[in-house]
Amino acid sequence: MTAIDLGLPVLGGLDRVPTEDEVQRAKDFTSDQEVRWCPGCGDYAVLAAVRSFLPTLHIKRENTVFVSGIGCSSRFPYYLDTYGMHSIHGRAPAIATGLAVTRPDLSVFVVTGDGDALSIGGNHLIHALRRNVNLTILLFNNRIYGLTKGQYSPTSEVGKVTKSTPMGSLDHPFNPVSLALGAEATFVGRAMDSDRAGLTEVLDAATRHRGASLVEIYQDCPIFNDGSFDVLRKPDQSESRVITVRHGEPIVFGNEGRYAVVRKGFGLAVAPTAEVAPEDVVVHDATDTELAFALSRLSDQDLQHAVFGVLRRVDRPTYDDLARAQVQHAVQDGTADLHSLLHGTDTWAVQSGNVQIPHD
Amino acid sequence: MASPGSEPVHGSPRKQSRVVIRFAGDSGDGMQLTGDRFTAEAAAFGNDLSTLPNFPAEIRAPHGTLAGVSSFQLHFADYDILTPGDRPDVLVTMNPAALKANLTDLSPGGVLIVDTDEFTKRNLTKVGFESDPLEDGSLASYTVHRVAMTSLTTAALAPLGIGKKEAERSKNMFALGLLSWMYSRPTEGTERWLRDKFAKRPEIAEANIVAFRTGHAYGETTESFAVTYEVSPAALPDGTYRQITGNTALAYGIVASGLRFGLPVFLGSYPITPASDILHELSKLKRFGVTTFQAEDEIAGVSAAIGAAFGGSLGVTTTSGPGISLKSEAIGLAVMTELPLLVVDVQRGGPSTGLPTKTEQSDLLQAMFGRNGEAPLPIVAPRSPSDAFDATLDAVRIAVTYQTPVLLLSDGAIANGSEPWRLPEDGDLPETPVRFATEPNGPDGSFLPYLRDPDTLAVPWAVPGTPGLAHRIGGLEKADGTGNISYDPANHEFMVRVRQAKIDGVTVPDLDVEDPDGDADVLVVGWGSTYGPIGAAVRRLRALGHPVAQAHFRYLNPFPANTADVLRRYRKVVVPEMNLGQLAFLLQGRFCIPVESITKVAGMPFGAAELAERLTPLMMKEEVSA
Ligand code: SF4
Repeated sequence: MTAIDLGLPVLGGLDRVPTEDEVQRAKDFTSDQEVRWCPGCGDYAVLAAVRSFLPTLHIKRENTVFVSGIGCSSRFPYYLDTYGMHSIHGRAPAIATGLAVTRPDLSVFVVTGDGDALSIGGNHLIHALRRNVNLTILLFNNRIYGLTKGQYSPTSEVGKVTKSTPMGSLDHPFNPVSLALGAEATFVGRAMDSDRAGLTEVLDAATRHRGASLVEIYQDCPIFNDGSFDVLRKPDQSESRVITVRHGEPIVFGNEGRYAVVRKGFGLAVAPTAEVAPEDVVVHDATDTELAFALSRLSDQDLQHAVFGVLRRVDRPTYDDLARAQVQHAVQDGTADLHSLLHGTDTWAVQSGNVQIPHD
Repeated sequence: MASPGSEPVHGSPRKQSRVVIRFAGDSGDGMQLTGDRFTAEAAAFGNDLSTLPNFPAEIRAPHGTLAGVSSFQLHFADYDILTPGDRPDVLVTMNPAALKANLTDLSPGGVLIVDTDEFTKRNLTKVGFESDPLEDGSLASYTVHRVAMTSLTTAALAPLGIGKKEAERSKNMFALGLLSWMYSRPTEGTERWLRDKFAKRPEIAEANIVAFRTGHAYGETTESFAVTYEVSPAALPDGTYRQITGNTALAYGIVASGLRFGLPVFLGSYPITPASDILHELSKLKRFGVTTFQAEDEIAGVSAAIGAAFGGSLGVTTTSGPGISLKSEAIGLAVMTELPLLVVDVQRGGPSTGLPTKTEQSDLLQAMFGRNGEAPLPIVAPRSPSDAFDATLDAVRIAVTYQTPVLLLSDGAIANGSEPWRLPEDGDLPETPVRFATEPNGPDGSFLPYLRDPDTLAVPWAVPGTPGLAHRIGGLEKADGTGNISYDPANHEFMVRVRQAKIDGVTVPDLDVEDPDGDADVLVVGWGSTYGPIGAAVRRLRALGHPVAQAHFRYLNPFPANTADVLRRYRKVVVPEMNLGQLAFLLQGRFCIPVESITKVAGMPFGAAELAERLTPLMMKEEVSA
């Protein structure tokens, strides 16, 4: 039997979610629970950004769901007055998949961290991405295990000295954006916890994208990995490192566009704009898979460069839409009848049967 | 016990009350298919029946080896039978390996039908026969029919012009035709079935039909098969019947539960033997609003089902023991969040990967205790293939009534075995839609997600999208009522106890005791698929004059309220199980009543005779010393 072509229209990420006409505010999305992250934790900034961003979606608050795993950032759902589930370590993408497949009327967010999503839950993350389930995944990357008090994580730089690696960590870290692209993600973005405008812009695009959107958020853990992203924050150092991309715009950065991204071999390189012909400056195209991957490779563990913005955004039918369409297609067939299912094709009748019980 | 084949009688078929037939061959010989089809013929004829497929875990074990032997045993009768039969009366063997692996099981004086073409020197040596058993007199105590099945089949198919390999593959239909003739089975059904099965390849359908007819004609015309047998339809309770396997019945039970409780079904599952057929079956039933999700792993399967349950679906996950191990933490989350969930464990031989295609009941304690913390959940076990339908409905009823995950413990014997099923009448499955929470239940219009129903202690099922009821659930301990995170010692103490009390308070029917003469002083209790063997063994003991009663647990957690009373009534309580005594351990721990344990972990069900023999010494009253 060949697969049935379900011919689905292209939709936005929120297209089946009921809209809200009343004006909503950040405080409407704020639960009565006291926020309990450490003072100075980057999670506060993200929470504030999300609380003020959610009202701008104009969707029903009760149709918004946050599902998280385990870790500091996974406390997130408790602090939002929406539906939420603080689940078990690494499994949030799988739980959210079941919810998103069965409930097209919900906007489903996953909140996870580098340990949760890339270590214990790596399998679920890549499969949610490849299936393209309509989810918005916020991956808080602080490059450390915070909740368990400071062990290195799968994004920690090689040689990191932590409680569990007194002589320095040995394993090469993941580049979460490269990983997501390798997992066939249709939307991959990155933002900085403290950059409210940039974060909001990427989150907005991610939420409105129909499919699995991965947003890596560089997040500071002042307790166990203090200042890990400082080179991207301090103006004197960030100028030559922070590359922000926008679809359709030439990729230049630094003061007055001092630096430009150019092609080099199969990859990309950074060059002083003054030394590059204008036509050689790469123009960002979020639908170009190779470009997105090459951009992701500009960000290394030493943070020599870090690309922010929407690196990739392409349309591909979502798993949940297809799964529902298959069911609908079958239901419309109109042949669902329990009686005939149970009876099957071969039945026989017994009438006035006297049951004798000879020995067996 | 009747045994066919000793004195040939010409003329009309000889009546038999029951017969056990085993087809055995190489895994590539199509023995499961042959057995299935013979079963369908027996069912269509109205016999009671019970089947036992037995096949290797390897998909294509090396040809002609003992490891590659696959067999299918069918017991059919004119009365209600309980087991697939201990020993075959008729053994069909397609090669020397099948003969070697199965001969010791054949009843003395039994009928042996052999495909002589496969008894080559090479094949005999491969399985360690030093001489040809067909020639050396070692089969003298059986009625042996030497039939060149392979060459008779290829000769009959020669005019069709199909390849030799393809032609040889039809020899199983020759065997089926021969047996169909011997047992006076109707044949139209099989021919129709072959045409349907190979609708896209009519030449293969034709080849199989010709092979089937050739086998049938061979029986009719050859002198060596002078006698045919007849097993009349069984006098079962009135009703409409069909033949069904446990996995199919369980899948249908899930569909019926969805309709009954007004819930869309969501199955999250990962392929695993012997549970995969439930996934296959449900994936064909999307027209009933069933969504099936083949997850990336076992954990994702249960997790997605939990997500669906949070959203208001009937969340289901199906697996076998190794999968339960992987799902344990997530099942604990469902216990903690108090979401309804159906977890199906089709048990197989363990530990670890164990014996994937063989049966065992060794996951009972895992089901009971296999989670961190105090994480109680109800456990329900079907006792036979057809009973899997009702047991599933019951498990789902408990899940949605008490907002809890429920573990349904099937096993390999139930999953792949089949028997007649008396179909429910229309109206036997009243629709009782689940009611979701729609209104705030707390002070000042607040919503308390952990405010319990005073009778069932169930929490409300409040699904996302419901205005005014937004709340957060999770794996951390939650405050009574509000569900907010709470580390308060007294609250934790209360919540642990209330979750336990909820499960302890699940209402289940009393344990029934079968004691026809009312004078038994020994009680044999079991659970799950040992129902048939225990019932058959107990019948034998009663026939020998031993007063013995039988009771069978469908509910293993909580146990029925009358359990202690029932157990105390007997001088001796005996518990046969396919494990090392897990139910015995639970009963002794719970009720402080000593029980005798009879255990078997051979990957195969108890035989009725075997069990009767092991029970016999326990029937004796202890000598009272003067
Ligand atoms: S340990 Fe680090 S990540 Fe966790 S709350 Fe404290 S600062 Fe934030």
